[in-house]
Amino acid sequence: MTKFEIRGLRADVLIGEDERQEILKGVDLTINSGETHAIMGPNGSGKSTLAYAIAGHPRYEITEGEVLLDGENILEMSVDERARAGVFLAMQYPVEVPGVSMSNFLRSSVTAVRGEAPKLRQFSKELQGAMKDLAIDPAFAARGVNEGFSGGEKKRHEILQLELLKPKVAILDETDSGLDVDALKVVSEGVNRAKAGGEMGVMLITHYTRILNYVKPDFVHVFAGGRVAESGGPELADVLESEGYERFVKAGA
Amino acid sequence: MTSPSTEPRAHSHGLGGIPFSKLATHGSFDVNDFPVPAGREEEWRFTPLRRLRGLHDGTAVADGTDKVDIDAPAGVTVETVGRDDERIGAAGFPADRVTAQAHTSFEKATVVTVAQGAALERPVTIHRQAQGGTRYDQFVIDVKPLAEAIVVLNQTGTGVRAGSVDIHVAEGARLTLVSVQDWDRDAVDVSQHNAQVAKDATFKSIVITLGGDLVRLSPKVAYKGRGANAELHGLYFTGDGQHHEHRSLIDHNMSNTRSRVEYKGALSGKDAHGVWIGDVIIGEGTTGTDSYEHNRNLQLTDDTRVDSVPNLEIFTGEVEGAGHAAASGRLDDIHLFYLRSRGIPEEEARRLVIRGYFLELVNRIPVEELREEIMAKVESKLAEHE
Ligand SMILES: Nc1ncnc2c1ncn2[C@@H]1O[C@H](COP(=O)(O)OP(=O)(O)OP(=O)(O)O)[C@@H](O)[C@H]1O
Ligand SMILES: [Mg+2]
Repeated sequence: MTKFEIRGLRADVLIGEDERQEILKGVDLTINSGETHAIMGPNGSGKSTLAYAIAGHPRYEITEGEVLLDGENILEMSVDERARAGVFLAMQYPVEVPGVSMSNFLRSSVTAVRGEAPKLRQFSKELQGAMKDLAIDPAFAARGVNEGFSGGEKKRHEILQLELLKPKVAILDETDSGLDVDALKVVSEGVNRAKAGGEMGVMLITHYTRILNYVKPDFVHVFAGGRVAESGGPELADVLESEGYERFVKAGA
Repeated sequence: MTSPSTEPRAHSHGLGGIPFSKLATHGSFDVNDFPVPAGREEEWRFTPLRRLRGLHDGTAVADGTDKVDIDAPAGVTVETVGRDDERIGAAGFPADRVTAQAHTSFEKATVVTVAQGAALERPVTIHRQAQGGTRYDQFVIDVKPLAEAIVVLNQTGTGVRAGSVDIHVAEGARLTLVSVQDWDRDAVDVSQHNAQVAKDATFKSIVITLGGDLVRLSPKVAYKGRGANAELHGLYFTGDGQHHEHRSLIDHNMSNTRSRVEYKGALSGKDAHGVWIGDVIIGEGTTGTDSYEHNRNLQLTDDTRVDSVPNLEIFTGEVEGAGHAAASGRLDDIHLFYLRSRGIPEEEARRLVIRGYFLELVNRIPVEELREEIMAKVESKLAEHE
């Protein structure tokens, strides 16, 4: 049983040398293992900022609040410590790292998170299996990390990492955007496999109810103006789909 | 004279003539045609002359020896020839006083010939181990029509070295020359590579500079026919106090020729100094030139110095493509963030990103064994700086 709590989180985006702008204006959210929380909200409301700030992205700075993983404030940890503690972020725009092969990267990552190097043969079998589940061509293992991948290919590889790293909390930032119908299904199945044991909490940032038909949310939150503006059950997603965010944008302004 | 050219001329004008372009397309085989540099000259302004150990002012005495082992597969002839062999110097002029000094003072030259149409079963490898002292050398690599060859010049040891490598890639031939400067830390090496690339031929140069106190390498390319292609790739890792200077010159003196220049370096430690000069000339009256050059420098510590000068001179309106880019900076923190967000500790993430940066270039080496060998050298050099 894991409890992931975001309390009174405020954060700035660092724009220039001494230019910054507050984006997160007091975010409160608690996610227990086994729960899936969908976060929906207008463009620019700060959803990715929330995800990046939690992960420790260098362009964001947290000014107030805490993020607790089973009572421990992960904001005091370095980026890699957070990941090893069990926080995973599938990014909206995964980063290309030229020259570093996907297989080498994944092995380093799995070694770091599991605390010991997996046996080479075992690992390549595990990797091949996980790639096959996500309908990823084995040839990708030899390519540079996300290098020249299409948008959808990048998203599949984020979920590949999710499945290999088995985090306690997964933040999925628009993992469904840019996926074709088949890919959406494949990727959703990957998320559901990772959820299956009931030991992972999920924060699923999305604009579309499409993915919510596959990955069923327990809660839906409206994110507007840098905070959670309203929370409800799965039915809230349908309300948002038909009515839009207007009500919340006005309330936030 | 209407167009700059690296074609050798019967009578040299040295630096006395009126240069058509400020680029060093002129030169001479006679050291006396060049004044002793004082350090402010365009072609010397980045080079610490005091560390040339007298190569530039005539005070160096040729007293050094090299141990040279050449592994040549079938289809390759290796000869040692005297000064009067007409193949020496046929690919271009020495462009500076040190290279001219080497040409004036060398005693024996090594000529490697790849027979017409030969497809070599393995690379030609020239292991050159410098055993101290000062030496002047000339190499000629002559690849006959339609032949395909990889030549590796693997240079280690210590000493003060200057010279030229003349390269002829005949019609339809393909040559990849991998030149490795893995000198001991105190070595000095000033050399010029002169390539003449014929119709439909491809010359690929891969320069790996890791060692030495001062390395100054000038690869120059001129074309002898349409459809000729040259790719110059360079990798350098420059540590504390090292001076690594690469000065490429591509002379698109013919129509429908192509060039790519890509040099990537990493610098680490006090007074590590990297210099890249990328001269490209697109000659008068030519059409269909396709050229791109680019230099990147990774400054791993703040006390390093980079001088990066792309220099494009176009004398015609009929260019298919020409461009350049240069960038110097620290490791990309977003790359590091991505790897670290997957649990990889910072130090390891740095190592991965730096290796990746070099691997992009090393992966252009056509033979896997060679790639691994080069990467192992890069790795051990990296390990010194971690
Ligand atoms: N470097 C920057 N300079 C100025 N503003 C920035 C910068 N980076 C982010 N922002 C602003 O921060 C706000 C929040 O951006 P964020 O990416 O978190 O939004 P989002 O909710 O994820 O939007 P979307 O649904 O479009 O993905 C936006 O208004 C954005 O323009
Ligand atoms: Mg976003």
